[in-house]
Formats: sequence, structure tokens, C-alpha cells
Amino acid sequence: MLNKIWPAFIILSFSYAIFSGNLDTLNSAIFQSTSDAISLSFDLLGTICLWNGIMQIANRTSLVDKLTNLLKPIIYLLFPEIRENKQIQKEISMNMIANILGLGNAATPLGLKAMKSMQKENLKKDTLTDSMLMFIVINTASIQIIPTTVIAIRNSLGSQNPTSIVFFVWVATICAAVARNNCHQMCHSIHEKGVKI
Amino acid sequence: MTIINFMSNLAMPLVILMIALYGIIEKNTVFDDFIEGAKEGLEIVFSILPTLVGLFVAIGALRHSGILDMMIRLIMPFLNMVHFPSEIMPLAMIRPISGSGSIAVAIDIMKNYGVDSTIGKIASTIMGSTETTLYTIAVYTSCVKITKTRYILLAALTADIVGMLVSVGICRIMS
Repeated sequence: MLNKIWPAFIILSFSYAIFSGNLDTLNSAIFQSTSDAISLSFDLLGTICLWNGIMQIANRTSLVDKLTNLLKPIIYLLFPEIRENKQIQKEISMNMIANILGLGNAATPLGLKAMKSMQKENLKKDTLTDSMLMFIVINTASIQIIPTTVIAIRNSLGSQNPTSIVFFVWVATICAAVARNNCHQMCHSIHEKGVKI
Repeated sequence: MTIINFMSNLAMPLVILMIALYGIIEKNTVFDDFIEGAKEGLEIVFSILPTLVGLFVAIGALRHSGILDMMIRLIMPFLNMVHFPSEIMPLAMIRPISGSGSIAVAIDIMKNYGVDSTIGKIASTIMGSTETTLYTIAVYTSCVKITKTRYILLAALTADIVGMLVSVGICRIMS
């Protein structure tokens, strides 16, 4: 996917910059972006190491098993392919728990771990399985209970009522989740019939 | 507000405390486990760094070449048709591709139009209810070297569009 999108972005914006005379801003943007990527990686480095370490502790206790049991009905429903694989179920549920708690930085490393385990079971190594697809789709949904980042931003900008949008966020999240599921199911059934999208 | 503030401040320390306590109660080598996990974290960051550099350059180019603004002007008539406020459009376009970029754009919108205005609330709701879809898909697929992603982009982006339209609708109706 990125093999198509990335060059498209580059070709579009570079040729547009040449014709519109924005070359100098583009030049500085290129170098700014690379250093942004590095500084973001360094910001991520600390938190990802921390959460990976914390979650490794949790992984060795019975805590995760208990939470996994709570999520089991949902995981059974969403990931029918991996009903037999306890380890993947555990990793998926840890990712979901981190997402729900709004620990985005913790959710990503946990999610990548689950992806790697699912890849081991994958027969066609270059293609997403149904479980992987479902898992990524869930991770592109913002399923946190309290949108902490937005509330923090609103608070810092001097809002009269920073939390007033929480209810709106819930409604929008649920509607998007329903749409996501419907679209997933629709594409899936079309795909089953052998049509390439 | 103070309760939610307290709860969101409490969430992280509480999770760490509970996990550490559990580890100690079950007599695990807690710090060894921690180090083992943290090392794995190091590898994860280094494996996604090249992806980040590549994507950030492409997104930076898109924003600073002026083509993003041009595209927004092009689809303006369509936006007016579905009553989607054009002030929100830069956020809607950057939200799926960049987390830090969309935070910057959202702050910009909230500052310009007022954090408690309808536009400000729409921007907040979009930030809270959607994710950086493209970035998530890129990181999750590239870490296991998968190139055939089937229909995932279509499903995820459809959901984003629905989420954004609902955000606009509910903020208009309720405020």
C-alpha cells in the first residue's frame, strides 16, 4: 500500500512545488521532517521501553489471564481463526486493554507483538490474514473511554468546559465503529466471491 | 471536571502500581522482567524509525508544497454540499496520516475559531474519535513485512469519514 501512496505523495507535492514556486519552503520542510521523525522516535523510545518493561512484568503474572478471560467473549467473536491459540489471544487482549485505558504508547508495542505472533501462523507471508485485518481495523478505531489528550489540549487553551466533548466523542466513536464493521463485512463477502478490490 | 482530571491523572500510575504489586505478590523477578521487556521496546522503535522518516518527509512535502491547500480549494463546493465546514478540512485530511501533525492543526483551529465554539468542538471531537489510520496500518503491516493489505484501507477510511461526519453533525445539533 505504501509502495503506491508514498511515491504518489512525493511526485504530487514536488511537481506542484516546482510549478507554484514553493521550492524553498519545500526544501526546508524535507529536512525539518527528517529531524521531526528522529525526535519523535526518541520521544517514543523512553515510553515504549517503559511500557514494554511494565507489560512484560504483567505478562509474567496472572493479571493478564484474568483480564483476558473478561475479554474472551469479544475476542472469540472477532477472531474466529485463532480460537485455539492462547498466546495470541493474550497479546490481543493486552493491546485492547491498553487502548481502552487510553495508553496509546503502550498499545502500539503490544499490538506489534500480537502482529508478529499472528504472522508466525500466517500461511501466505505477504498477505494479511482475516485476524490480522480485524486486529488492525480495531487499532485504527479510537476506543478509549476518556480522550485524555484532547481534554488536555482544550484545558491548556482555556476552555470553559474542557470535558464537554466527551459525550460527542463517544457517539462519533460508536458510529464509526458500526461503519467500520459493516464495511469490513461487506468487503469480506465481496472478497470471498473472488472479486479484487 | 476535577474528578475526570483526577481519574485521567490516576490511570497511568495506578496501572503501573497494580502490575508491580502483582509481580511482587506472585514472587517474580520483577526488575529482570522489566529490563527484558524494555530491551524489546528498543528493537521496536528502531524497526519503525525508517518508516517514520519516509512518511514524515512525504507528509511534510504535501503540506509545505501548497498542494494540500489547493486540494482543499478544489473540493470546497462538495464540502458545502454536505454542509461540512471548510475550516475543519485541513484537520480531516491530516488526521489519518499524522498524529503530531493533526494535533498541531487541531490546536491551530481551536485557537483561531475559539476552543468552545462549534468549530472548536468539532475539531476536538474528531481528534478524540478517530485515529491516525494510515500511520497505524503502515506500522502494523511493515513490522511483519506484509505487502498485500487487501481491503483494509477502504474499511478504515470509510469509518474515519463516518466518524468525522457524525462529529460535525452532533456538535451542530447539541451546541
